[in-house]
Amino acid sequence: MATNRILPTTTERRRSLKFNTDQRALILFFIILGAFLLLWELGVQAKLFLPIMPSASQTLKDFWFWVSDPFFDYGPNDKGIGLLLLTSLRRVAIGFLIGSAIAVPLGVALGLSPVAAKAVDPFIQILRPVSPLAWLPLGLALMRDSEKTALFVIAISSIWPTLANTKFGVSNVDPAYLNVAKTLGASRWRTIRTVILPAAAPSIISGLRISFGIAWLVIVAAEILLSGGVGYFVWNEWNNLKITSIITAILVIGLTGLLLDRLFGVLQSWVSFGQRS
Amino acid sequence: MKTLSQTRSRLMTATTAHLSIQQVSKVYSGRRTVLDKVLKRTSPDFTAIAEIDLEIEPNTFVSIIGPSGCGKSTLLNIIAGLSRPSTGTIILNDHPITGPGPDRGVVFQNYALMPWMTVAENIRFAIATVYPQMPVVEQTAIVQQYITLVGLQGAERKHPHELSGGMKQRVGIARALAINPQILLMDEPFGALDALTRGFLQDEIERIWEQDRKTVILITHSIEEALLLSDKIVMMTRGPAARIAQVLDVPFPRPRKREELDQYPGYHTLKAAMEEHLSNETRAVEEARIHASA
Repeated sequence: MATNRILPTTTERRRSLKFNTDQRALILFFIILGAFLLLWELGVQAKLFLPIMPSASQTLKDFWFWVSDPFFDYGPNDKGIGLLLLTSLRRVAIGFLIGSAIAVPLGVALGLSPVAAKAVDPFIQILRPVSPLAWLPLGLALMRDSEKTALFVIAISSIWPTLANTKFGVSNVDPAYLNVAKTLGASRWRTIRTVILPAAAPSIISGLRISFGIAWLVIVAAEILLSGGVGYFVWNEWNNLKITSIITAILVIGLTGLLLDRLFGVLQSWVSFGQRS
Repeated sequence: MKTLSQTRSRLMTATTAHLSIQQVSKVYSGRRTVLDKVLKRTSPDFTAIAEIDLEIEPNTFVSIIGPSGCGKSTLLNIIAGLSRPSTGTIILNDHPITGPGPDRGVVFQNYALMPWMTVAENIRFAIATVYPQMPVVEQTAIVQQYITLVGLQGAERKHPHELSGGMKQRVGIARALAINPQILLMDEPFGALDALTRGFLQDEIERIWEQDRKTVILITHSIEEALLLSDKIVMMTRGPAARIAQVLDVPFPRPRKREELDQYPGYHTLKAAMEEHLSNETRAVEEARIHASA
């Protein structure tokens, strides 16, 4: 039906010859990465940096060493990066679950009761901005155990975003849904279970997502002062002056964090069902 | 007219309701605490509706029409039990209304479907809430029955965001009817729809009502909609302190057809009376607003 066309087709045809936005971004990404590695390599060759700085090729070689055999175990101070990562992930998971088990029910309760929310708010506002590491000495004093302290710090720093988002989600459920439940004569408990919680789920999950990100930040910092895990590894390799291992650890920590964040993103879109969140 | 009388006789046994609205007023209190007086932000009380008296007979389709802001929705919310009257009572089948309940089915203007539930789950949610003891098989059968009634077969497992506005409101109607309420309350159910979908759904309501003649209260802005669907049309005055201006009988035979509507005797007289009332009221509302802002 060429006669029904209003716009000429030339613009479309011209665009099809070029790359689209994503492809162009990918090309630019590789150009930036290549230029960075090249400058790094040449800079080290020309001795522009301090002698401790390893070359890009050496770093990539060591990165491959760590990544290609992640699960070796030659004693407490010589483990593969995969085992270290699992230690850290286990701690984060347990601490995060403890924190969420406190934050979600408390957030629901505060979201349902404006009076309780106002009463508890000052506590939250004072504790929320405290750096997670400030809790470390307190944890060590109270728990006298580095493992429990790590969990304590993770738990306490992962409470706040989930708590705030859960409270917000529960108190901002569309009144239309609540009216439906009311006109049907639904009990309070049924309304909470079948209407309020699913309606608040996108907010709750986005709180959990932020909390998990923070937990992952905190564990590396906490492990520097404790033992085992990727954080300990970073500090240990600094004492061994193995900069390539530190860079490897940084990349592995970043990639793991990214992957977990994406998993939460999938979960978030799964509970959203076209709701604005 | 044979089918009509058959339907009537079948419906004598169906659940339906007599609704009596007695001296109902709704006053929203203004600010007048000591603090408000100090801050000079006191405001007078606002009377939305004043001393409404209305008797609604069983199996009647009643439309309430009036200028915008006249408290139509306030009245409907009071009947639904979502809002309490300041004075007066509403009696449904000899029992005063004290709160919301499943004896009244409500169709909301913004559909109010749970976005995380499918079409079937939304309807089943209503049934399971009202009849928690009902066996699942029976619930499923009722869900299917009402999905068929509103013509949504095949869309059972779709989520609301996959539906058009018209389809969403059909789910809303099915949900309200599935609990077998004694009275159906509809608050501008087609207000958010485009004109074509609106007309189509009005025809659907007419068809559904022929099958199951509940007592219905419909809030609307549309004269044609009221004339097509109603047995009685309640015209309200402008707010504040809105009252009932007049109750019109719509004696057209059923089933009604949109395209034949203007051939019924009295159609044009009724339409002219409504148009005159509504335009007078709307003009007065506009003028009051000009003087208020001046």
